[in-house]
Amino acid sequence: MSPAAQYETHEHDVLIIGAGGAGLRAAIEALAHGARVAVVCKSLLGKAHTVMAEGGLAAAMANLDKSDDWRAHFRDTYNGGKRLNDWRMAQLHAQEAPDRVRELEQWGALFDRTADGEILQRAFGGHTYKRLCHVGDRTGLEMIRTLQDRGVQLGFDVFMECTVTRLLKDGDRVAGAFAYWRDSGKFVVFKAKAVVIATGGIGKSWKITSNSWECTGDGMALAYDAGAELLDMEFVQFHPTGMVWPPGVMGILVTEAVRGEGGILRNKSGERFMEKYDPKRLELSTRDVVARSIYTEVKEGRGSPHGGAFLDISHKPAEYVKRKLPSMYHQFKELADVDITKGPMEVGPTCHYMMGGIRVDAETGQSTLPGLFAAGEAAGGMHGANRLGGNSLSDLLVFGRRAGLAAGQSANKGTKAQLDSAQIETAARDALAPFDRPTGENPYKIHHDLQHMMQNLVGIFRTNEDLRRALVELDKLKVRAKNVRADGSRQYNPGWHLCSDIQRMLTVSEACTHAALARKESRGAHSRLDFPKTEDEWGKKNLVIAKKGDAMNLFEVPRPPLPAELEKILAEDK
Amino acid sequence: MAETTATLRVFRGDAETGKAVDYQVPLTPGMVVLDAIHSIQANQSPDLAVRWNCKAAKCGSCSAEVNGRPRLMCKTRMDSLPLDQPITVFPMKAFPVIKDLVTDVSWNYEVNKKITPFQPRPGVEWKMDQADVDRVQEFRKCIECFLCQNVCHVLREHDKKKEFGGPRFFVRSAGLEMHPLDGANRTRVLREQLGIGYCNITKCCTEVCPEEIHITDNAIIPLKERVVDEFYDPLTMIVRKIFGAK
Repeated sequence: MSPAAQYETHEHDVLIIGAGGAGLRAAIEALAHGARVAVVCKSLLGKAHTVMAEGGLAAAMANLDKSDDWRAHFRDTYNGGKRLNDWRMAQLHAQEAPDRVRELEQWGALFDRTADGEILQRAFGGHTYKRLCHVGDRTGLEMIRTLQDRGVQLGFDVFMECTVTRLLKDGDRVAGAFAYWRDSGKFVVFKAKAVVIATGGIGKSWKITSNSWECTGDGMALAYDAGAELLDMEFVQFHPTGMVWPPGVMGILVTEAVRGEGGILRNKSGERFMEKYDPKRLELSTRDVVARSIYTEVKEGRGSPHGGAFLDISHKPAEYVKRKLPSMYHQFKELADVDITKGPMEVGPTCHYMMGGIRVDAETGQSTLPGLFAAGEAAGGMHGANRLGGNSLSDLLVFGRRAGLAAGQSANKGTKAQLDSAQIETAARDALAPFDRPTGENPYKIHHDLQHMMQNLVGIFRTNEDLRRALVELDKLKVRAKNVRADGSRQYNPGWHLCSDIQRMLTVSEACTHAALARKESRGAHSRLDFPKTEDEWGKKNLVIAKKGDAMNLFEVPRPPLPAELEKILAEDK
Repeated sequence: MAETTATLRVFRGDAETGKAVDYQVPLTPGMVVLDAIHSIQANQSPDLAVRWNCKAAKCGSCSAEVNGRPRLMCKTRMDSLPLDQPITVFPMKAFPVIKDLVTDVSWNYEVNKKITPFQPRPGVEWKMDQADVDRVQEFRKCIECFLCQNVCHVLREHDKKKEFGGPRFFVRSAGLEMHPLDGANRTRVLREQLGIGYCNITKCCTEVCPEEIHITDNAIIPLKERVVDEFYDPLTMIVRKIFGAK
């Protein structure tokens, strides 16, 4: 092995990739069961994308609406997901979320309170009752800090600013990962008896996104490359309200809590257009519906000056707005020169969340590969065709805990991993290749082109023609990405890091496009102009993607029938 | 007439050596300094190192010194700066440089480990008044940008990283100490491990906090009072002398 390819090795029982809500919750659970745990993350600890979650955490605590219970939460989630969710996940999620919230509180989280001292809950799109436990509009920060401190207290090993580029296997079993330190560029090999992927979403493949630089689909691509199956990859959520002006902040999230607290959407003529699209739920309709409504208003010429809609909360008292939505107040004041207590915001859809992901067992988060688990946004199934706001933070806790538990237990039974050096050498060679080419392309250019292409061809509304064109464009981008070049040294080199991230973005983009092309109907976040109806036949199956040789193989899997107990709950729909 | 380009004078280098390099960047409406840095990365120098995540002042990653003032780059509008002269962008001074604008902030994570974690009083009922919670929520707004650490002269000028925890960790301690249901006592840790006595209340930390936390008035001073009450109260000292330290 060349000196450049040398690496350090760390051995643990459980390796967790990603330090957002799901990864940290998984780590805490594995630690609590006696496992030695490593958490590896691309950013500093506490900066993961969970920190940006604003509106709240959905759990049927029934602190305000006494009629709420897990059944109602399950029903809302399942209907919101257009009944394509893994019903067992939706059930477990609804049943366990309140306990996960109480647990957070016992670890020091401080939620906003009701008059009698309980956790306060707010209304949100698609939720029948006031269900979102929150801290103003910075719920994600509260959650990540609480989990981070709990993990530090229990004693996990954290490898910050360290990027995994490949999963390592012992035979068929996933038994570790290959990574580089972002600061020095040096390589690391992690050996573990079980690996949990909690790397979040894929939004960075689109131009307009609320996602941070980290959301490059790493976990899904790593799992796919290692042979795991991906599920529901056609379902990408465009959040209805991102900032649209000025250009530098385009896509940055405007929390749904604005609408939860009474915000009203209007077009340029002042018309409250949600009355047309969903007269019953208005602004608190599900995200897929509100995003399409805004998009349609803009497309038909009724948009705001910068191509969005107006979102207005200024009819509420200024002090109330500042208390309940402090970061929105500051965000608009400082970045867009808009005082939201006095006038409307301009908002438009922004790529926000991936419903699809690694195909997992509902109870354990076990992927289709031995030794590999997944939780949170990186895992698929829980949210079906559309996620309800607030269900993500609860998902992270419920399934982060379950995956951590299962990984910890499997590690207790597991044997010491053996990693052959060939796969490590290949990983090192791939990582260094962008330096070795005498000429090649700037990775920022390829990323830019990918984002524009996905935005234009695999966006909110899709057609056969666009999606086919997208696949052709993706093939060209893949060729270009093979010839990507990094300048400078290995020391903290974002250009080199992007060379590696691009490969994974291309994998998840291609999976998304293939699945979107195959699903010939419209359902939830997946809207086909050429197949505008939701078809019963398509409601009976999910789409799965797996690697076959070098090609992406797509197949249908029939959905298991709903048990009578859950059917009954759905029938009680009001 | 408005300028169409700006000059950014950015520190390029590492722990050993470095220099300021000028870059011309086209201006766009509403542009922030971080946008300008990203523009340099994409078009001129892909290996320019910078930390960032959310670009919305929620994660506290992109701290730097812009025209000599410690700021979040994502929150610093270009049109708030004098564009007829170069805008200097340098890494935080109180921490060792890794490369360009990225500094080694790992010391902060080590300090954090010294703080006694949240310990609910046994048998508490999990009910709290919003008024009591408000006080602590102010501290929990902290996004760990470490700008307060960067400007604190105990760290910046005197480099007392062994003896002193810094404002960030007084804020964290205050959030725990004033939690309505917490039962632990952190005064000894504050005095002996975090060296709260070194702080002489110059309020530099409060001035730079992007979350507008009243670090000095609401966190540090009340904690200092607790430490004084416990360790320097004359009556307690006499009791200690007679009966021995607890």
